[in-house]
Amino acid sequence: MLLIYCPNCLEHREEEEFSYGGEAHIARPLNPETLSDTQWADYLFFRKNPRGIHHEMWYHATGCRRYFNATRNTVTYEILETYQVGTQPQITGTDA
Amino acid sequence: MKRYSGFSLLKNALSYHENWQKVWRNPTPKKDYDVVIVGGGGHGLATAYYLAKVHGITNVAVVEKGYLGGGNTARNTTIIRSNYLWDEAAQLYELSLKLWEGLSQELNYNVMFSQRGVLNLGHNLQDMRDIERRVNANRLNGIDGEVVTPQRIKEIAPLINISPESRYPILGASWQPRGGTARHDAVAWGYARGADALGVDMIQQTEVTGIRRAGGAVVGVETSNGFIGARKVACVTAGNSGVVAAMAGLRLPIESRPLQALVSEPIKPCLDTVVMSNAVHGYISQSDKGDLVIGAGVDSYNGYGQRGSFHVVEHTVQAICELFPAFSRVSMNRQWGGIVDTCPDACPIISKTSVEGLYFNCGWGTGGFKATPGSGYVFADTVANDRPHALAEAFNLDRFNTGALIDEHGAAGVAH
Ligand SMILES: Cc1cc2nc3c(=O)[nH]c(=O)nc-3n(C[C@H](O)[C@H](O)[C@H](O)COP(=O)(O)OP(=O)(O)OC[C@H]3O[C@@H](n4cnc5c(N)ncnc54)[C@H](O)[C@@H]3O)c2cc1C
Ligand SMILES: [Zn+2]
Repeated sequence: MLLIYCPNCLEHREEEEFSYGGEAHIARPLNPETLSDTQWADYLFFRKNPRGIHHEMWYHATGCRRYFNATRNTVTYEILETYQVGTQPQITGTDA
Repeated sequence: MKRYSGFSLLKNALSYHENWQKVWRNPTPKKDYDVVIVGGGGHGLATAYYLAKVHGITNVAVVEKGYLGGGNTARNTTIIRSNYLWDEAAQLYELSLKLWEGLSQELNYNVMFSQRGVLNLGHNLQDMRDIERRVNANRLNGIDGEVVTPQRIKEIAPLINISPESRYPILGASWQPRGGTARHDAVAWGYARGADALGVDMIQQTEVTGIRRAGGAVVGVETSNGFIGARKVACVTAGNSGVVAAMAGLRLPIESRPLQALVSEPIKPCLDTVVMSNAVHGYISQSDKGDLVIGAGVDSYNGYGQRGSFHVVEHTVQAICELFPAFSRVSMNRQWGGIVDTCPDACPIISKTSVEGLYFNCGWGTGGFKATPGSGYVFADTVANDRPHALAEAFNLDRFNTGALIDEHGAAGVAH
């Protein structure tokens, strides 16, 4: 069970209160009609799925009911930081 | 290879079972191979076996970072069935099921394939409509299946609770009598032994760390024990496929997630079939040893840690107790997780890549054990002939560009 710090509620809550939202910082294409099939595929289906540092979205379903981002290590599962949507992470890199 | 038989058992008993032949050699790698298979799970080993057996390509190495069959092959709940919805998937899984039916004889190794039947329960009207549709599709594809009533389910699995008063009442199920279970290790070991006897080298404790290319074509793999040359490299690394693909500068539409399972203390025989429920997220069978083998839903987040979160297991056990109230008294012995390679359409990728001589077989997600023989069979054919096998064609990597996805979420989903 992960203990996740919600940057809106400002406290640690149990994973069961949240749902996972997948990779963060994926920008919606601005000109969808000009995208090639490969670009669409990339946007829809291809994720980084790194072994190590991952920036991802979480939704605090039974709390503030808002999305936020987290930086998590996908090997140790340690959550290194959580931060607001629209801001950038402090911790980057790929180290496992 | 010395064949196993009643006679060999007798003969070896006379020498106190001390002179059995080693099941496979432990060779030092050659300088180069025709084909290097990355990943010594069931799928990789089956690929090696059929490369040698069907295509006569024996200058092959299987390079495994741990020990043979120690990945998801060792961690799964061994459910086998072929009742998938779409033609492409149904045909692939049915090829597998047919191979399972003769596998112990083919390999001269008891894989303990037990056709005890598989029930997929429906708990609401939509479940039942989906089940009817799937069973009809299966029958049109020549795959056995029927829609059964709660009363019939009770006959098949007497301990099950079919009370209409239960939280998620059972309204019916699909029933595939030819489905069942097999012994996970035996499958890996049987294929490894068969491939080894045909000359394939099993290189264990050797991690592939790079894929060397020259002029757009593969020339070999970098490993923790040095470079191994190869004309073709076939990657079958399940949850780690994205990491391996990145070694060749490729991306895959795969996300790696923990999937958990648990087993109880051994108890007397009480469940001689496989019961699965997508809706309440649980599936259960009983092993020959007597333990209840229970599979959970997939954890929601990406991970490589071979473990998941406890509440997922808790949720599954609640569902199992609801289905089988008698099991609430049974103690659980062990729990573990494997890292499954989930694909957007819940179907595998069996494909050539943009790098010449580099092939991937992955994306089996939560349900690839059942496909082990068929997957190896079509992948070996694909690698040997450098073009997709007819049954693998639909599972090419390009389908994510063309949009020709094969949506098996209904039949695969959380269930296996
Ligand atoms: C808990 C659980 C329950 C499941 N239940 C079922 C079920 O009931 N029915 C079903 O059909 N399926 C089930 N599955 C799915 C099934 O286990 C897998 O789809 C299948 O076993 C995959 O086989 P594989 O040979 O491709 O992968 P694996 O057995 O995982 O083999 C891949 C191998 O690649 C090796 N490897 C990875 N990276 C490298 C590298 N860089 N260098 C060298 N080697 C490497 C790994 O060590 C591993 O041994 C379940 C999975 C889990 C985790
Ligand atoms: Zn919150």
